[in-house]
Order: sequence, then structure tokens, then C-alpha cells
Amino acid sequence: MSNDFAIQMEHIWTRFGDKVIHKDINLNLPRGEILGLVGASGCGKTTLLREIIGLQIPSEGEVFVMGQSLKKITVGHGQRLRSDCGVLFQKGALFSVLDVFDNIAFPLREVGVKDEELISRLVFMKLAMVGLSPDDAWLKPADLSGGMIKRVALARTMILEPGLLLLDEPTSGLDPISSEDFVTLLSELHRDLKFTVVMVTHDLDILRDLCTQVAVLADNQLVAFGPLASVLNCPHPFVKSFFHNRRARRVFQYQEEAHG
Amino acid sequence: MTELNLEVTPTLDVLDQDGERSVQLSGVWNLRGLTAEPALTQKITRLVNDNKVKHWDMQNVEVLDNAAALMLWQAWGNRLPDGLQLRPEHQRLFERWQEQVLPPLRAAKIQFWPILQKLLKDFWLQLVDVVFLLGQLFLDISYLLRHPSEIPWAEISITIYESGVRALGITALVGFLIGIVLSYLSALQLKIFGAEIYIIDILGLSIIRELGPLLAAILVAGRSGSAMTAQIGIMRVTEELDALSAMGISHSVRIILPNVAALTLIMPLISIWTDAAALIGGMFSAQNTLDISYQQFFFKLPDVVPLANVFIGIGKSAVFGLMIALIACHFGFRIKPNTESLGNETTNSVVAAITVVIMIDAVFAILFMGVGMP
Repeated sequence: MSNDFAIQMEHIWTRFGDKVIHKDINLNLPRGEILGLVGASGCGKTTLLREIIGLQIPSEGEVFVMGQSLKKITVGHGQRLRSDCGVLFQKGALFSVLDVFDNIAFPLREVGVKDEELISRLVFMKLAMVGLSPDDAWLKPADLSGGMIKRVALARTMILEPGLLLLDEPTSGLDPISSEDFVTLLSELHRDLKFTVVMVTHDLDILRDLCTQVAVLADNQLVAFGPLASVLNCPHPFVKSFFHNRRARRVFQYQEEAHG
Repeated sequence: MTELNLEVTPTLDVLDQDGERSVQLSGVWNLRGLTAEPALTQKITRLVNDNKVKHWDMQNVEVLDNAAALMLWQAWGNRLPDGLQLRPEHQRLFERWQEQVLPPLRAAKIQFWPILQKLLKDFWLQLVDVVFLLGQLFLDISYLLRHPSEIPWAEISITIYESGVRALGITALVGFLIGIVLSYLSALQLKIFGAEIYIIDILGLSIIRELGPLLAAILVAGRSGSAMTAQIGIMRVTEELDALSAMGISHSVRIILPNVAALTLIMPLISIWTDAAALIGGMFSAQNTLDISYQQFFFKLPDVVPLANVFIGIGKSAVFGLMIALIACHFGFRIKPNTESLGNETTNSVVAAITVVIMIDAVFAILFMGVGMP
């Protein structure tokens, strides 16, 4: 398989019992892109993301991540791949028994870093990167607010500086300012580290400001895929209602005004 | 199959030209690569210590991540070496480490007195909490007596089914087996003295007064007490408790009271059921080992075990049930919304419930020392 693509999905069919979730989905995402995956609630966005992570196996079809088929990967190989693939879960999925520091240091220790000074330098750097103070390092996840949990989870995801970042609704539950900070943060990191991102999102601002590619799931199929401007022209009814309602028009109008 | 990008390893070449030594770094320098080859950073440290290297060339490094930059920087002795050539985009990574001020790490001190003080204080606060809970329970009962339409019948009947009916199998099995074991072991001793007939006294008194209620209580504490604690804990995690409060529904009326009422009600019944199973086990074993017929056992039992013992057994079972449910609810409400707390408090709940059951049993033994003896 070609190595220029971060993710390739070929003829993906997913069924839960009699219910069909995905009908023949094909998607090729080049490296270095930021893909926003949108669709109505319950149309299988998160399931598609789980199939890319390898948490779920599609009923038919094959997923290639970084040129490797998830089907053919052995356990050891899969773990290596996973360490080059960071996942940010919707609710953060921090380990509640560990404090913030140990949560962020967890992947480092798992890959075999023993030097504690190195670990603490990296952890404090990532903490600063996501805008948290060093004092927050000793808090437990139960003591954190929703926004802080997202930041800590992002720091944990970023600690190994993975080549592929998978984000499940990264800004859901954040206030507009934190959400804006997140966009800035991710675009700065992307500029420095040049990773590929796949994110499930409903946030039109993120689609406008951050995503270089947009994929729209509707009627169990991939109805549009490409840069935002081309997706906006798609005639599918869901795309129309999603991108051409009053709120969306307002969001995209600002863009036109800002960019002339 | 092509190689993965992450399989490109960091490489380091040492060149000696015209008496000048230079080091060339190339490939992918990232955390994974460097952890896989710890010899590389050691080699750099050696080269630095030799003090002979005039040039460090990093222009062929394709990828450099923050962690690798830090490891290099540390190997160079927390500074950039002289004669270093690197790509401008990599320059920034090193600057970041030069600027970083490491905050002080946690000092892990274990002090004996503060820990003991905290333990004692915790114990005292928990005791106060349980007393509060008991008080609240009495207030709720007096309220419900005045407003009988608000008695949570549905919750009580569910708890009776979950903690009572579904516990019948296990309590019968354990009771039966204990009866057999007790009868068999006693028979061996009694045979020596030719006092076989006293097996009925021994089994009757010990099971009805002591073992039956205690066994049933310990099983119920392990089975239903833990379930109650965990259930309340999960309700905290999923914010169901907050939802109830927001609707103005009292936790104590809807959660604590049904549990306590149901367990207080069914504990004596389960205890009688366990007594019966244990006596049947004992009878079975006595018939086999001592040739005491079922009929003989059955007719002699009421003569040798005064009725008071049955009432003592029932009475303390009710208290056991009350305390098990109260303790389970108390620990359930202490659970904080995280996995560690859920596990800890459930364990604490079972341990505390069993300890309290045995303590109450001792109190009953002292209080009714002279009652019910043949």
C-alpha cells in the first residue's frame, strides 16, 4: 500500500445485528491533513473513528492506518502503531486513580522511559503547552473541570507526539473561549509537529478555522469529502441543512468578510 | 509490505578528518527511536566527555521531536555544544528547553502522627454520620407514618426480592453444608463419651441461637450490602442522585429507607431459612454417623432448645439487617465519582458490615447470657 496516506478505508460496511451503520465507505486521507468528520447524531461517526483506532472491526472492508492494514497487524505491531496514534476520547478517559502528572506521564512510562527528570520535563512542557499551570499537576481527575479534563487528556494524547491524532468531539462541553483556545493550540501544534488529525465534530467554527478536509456522513454513506469549499457545494439534503442553515450562514459569512 | 515511517531509526556517524572530529546525526530522532536504542544517548555523552568533537551536524535530521531534543540537550550537559549546525525549525525546540524552569517535585514524606490523627478523625466523623443517618431514618419513618401514601412500596418490594428471595439458594447451600460439617465433627467427639444423643442439643442451640443468624448476616452483608453500596455509588457517578435532589426527592426516603426496611424485614426470615437448612444438614449427618433417626431428632429438638433461643435469633437478625443496610448506604453516599473510590468504599462497606454484625452478636451474647439455656 502507498505510504502517502495516513488513513485509507476501503469498502467499509458495518452492521450491528440487522442494523446497517456504514454502507460501502471509501476514504483516503493524505498525511498532514486535518479531517473533520461531520454527520447527524447516531449516523456512525464515532463508530467510524473506533474502526480507525482499531477498537472495533468493520463487518466488511479494510482499514489501513499509516499504510498498514489493521487486519494483518500482529499484537506487538499493533501496539507500536498505537503508540504512533494518539486518541482523545470524548470524556477525556483520564485514569481516575492517577493524578494529572501521572496521567500525562503514563504513555512515556509505557514506552519504556526510565529517566524521571526527562519525564517531568516533558510532562511540564506539555502542561504548559495546553495552558495549565504546574500546580495543576498534582490534582486528581475528579478535582478538574470539564475544560481542564479535555486539556489534560490532550496533553496525554500529545506526549508521544504521535503521527496521527484521533479526536472524538474535542470541543464538546467547552465554552466558546476554551474552544477557541483549543483551535489555536491545535493549529500551533500542527504547524510544529505536522501530524494528521481526524476529528469528529459538530462545531462549524472548527470546520472553518482548522480543518483542511471535511467528510460528511449521512444516510449511512460518505456523501461528501474534500476541502470545505467543495463540500459546501454538495447538493445532498443533509449537507444543505447542516451547512446552509441560518447559523452556518452566519459562521461562513464572517469568514468571507474576514478573508475578503 | 513497505516499512512504516516510525521504523526509520536515528543514526549517528563519527567522522575523523584532518585531526578534527565531527559528528553527523541523521534519520528520525524521536522518543520511540531513542528509547529503543539507549546506547545512542550514552554514546553522545561519551563523545561530549572526550571533548574532541569540533562539529555537530544535525542538518540531515529529518524528524526531531521535543523529547529527542530534550534527550540530546541533556546528553550535551544541558547546553548547546559549540560548532552545532542545525535546521532553523529545530532551533526552536532547543530554545524551549533552555527556557524551561522545572517546578519543584512533590516531596513524598510519610508522617506517622498526622496519618493517625486523620484516621481517628475519619473514624469519628463516620460514626457521627451513621448516627445522623439513623436519626434521619427515624424522622423519615415518623413522616411516612403521617403520610402513608408516600411509603415507597415499590422500592421496598424490589429490595426484598433482590436481597431476600435471590439469596435463598446460597444461604440454604451454605447452611446445609455447615450443618453437615458441624454435626460430623461433634459426632466424632460425642462417640468417645457415648453421649451421641446430645448431638441434638449441640446442633439445636448453636445453630438456632448463634450460627444461623450469623451465617445469614455475613452472606447477606457480602452479597446485598456490597451491591447496595456500589449501586448508590454508580448513581453518584451518573449524576442520578443529583437528578433526584433536583426533583426534590429525598435520598433517605427513596434509597436508604427502602433498603433498611427491606433488610430488617427479610433478615429474620433468611435466618430462619438458614437455620432450617443447617438443621436438615445436621440431621442428615447425625443419621449417617450416629444412627439418630430424623424422627427422634425432630421430636427431641423442641425439648432441648427453649423457645427463647428462636426469639433471640430472630431479634438479632433484625438488628443485623438494619445495620447492614445502614452501613451499606452510608458508604454508598461516601463514594466520589471516580473508580478508585468506588472500589474502596465497597470494600469498606462489606468489611464494616461484617465487623459490626460480629460486634452486635457479642453484645447480644452478653445481654442474654442467662436467657434460653436449658
